[in-house]
Amino acid sequence: MTTPSVSKPVRDPREELPEHLGALRAFALSLTRNSASADDLVQDTIVKAWSNIEKFERGTNLRAWLFTILRNTFYSDRRKRKREVADPDGIHAATLYEKPAHDGRLAMSDFVRAFDRLSPEHREVLTLVGASGFSYEEAAETMGVAVGTVKSRANRARARLAEMLGLEEGEDILAGADRNSLAVMGKSGVAAA
Amino acid sequence: MYSDMADEKSKASIREQINENLKRVYEQALQEEVPDRFKELLAQLKEKEGGK
Repeated sequence: MTTPSVSKPVRDPREELPEHLGALRAFALSLTRNSASADDLVQDTIVKAWSNIEKFERGTNLRAWLFTILRNTFYSDRRKRKREVADPDGIHAATLYEKPAHDGRLAMSDFVRAFDRLSPEHREVLTLVGASGFSYEEAAETMGVAVGTVKSRANRARARLAEMLGLEEGEDILAGADRNSLAVMGKSGVAAA
Repeated sequence: MYSDMADEKSKASIREQINENLKRVYEQALQEEVPDRFKELLAQLKEKEGGK
């Protein structure tokens, strides 16, 4: 018996679109924070993806490709509207916000309130790397920036969230997590001898 | 030194709390039902394609 020459059934990527609708909508919601705008954004994304499907490189990550279309559409619509004040670090938004009172444990509603106050750029990066399971590399590709930019933006976004939530001064929450304080103990023993 | 260790611990815990909440917000959005208009739109696009 010989192996059939048709190794893989060639599936039109457009047929896979229904599988990504939920994720597209969740991502759109993280950017818009409003279901009507999120639905419009998903609708535009579907139409663009459908009509540009020949630009999708088969075998690559369809979800990342769709997310790229969605976020590019979002930012370009936003630029067109131009009504919003440019506030990528969410500084202006944060000034109108009152920190929640808590005893070290966050309430979901407080978190959502602070998340809403982040800039879309910060919500985007945190959603991609913190929630959707994208790797830094996939997030970088989706956002059209370098991996280092994704990491530093994610750090700033986390810091801002922590600050708004009154969790910490908000600096450096990712740095030094693996520093080993116990090593100091061993050394001091030697020095004393 | 103890305060240093406590500091590291609290930083890790903040990060963990933020990640947990991020996932929860995203999962909640994922669990919402996908509006029918998207499936209808896809059906329309497919039909238009076939009609060419």
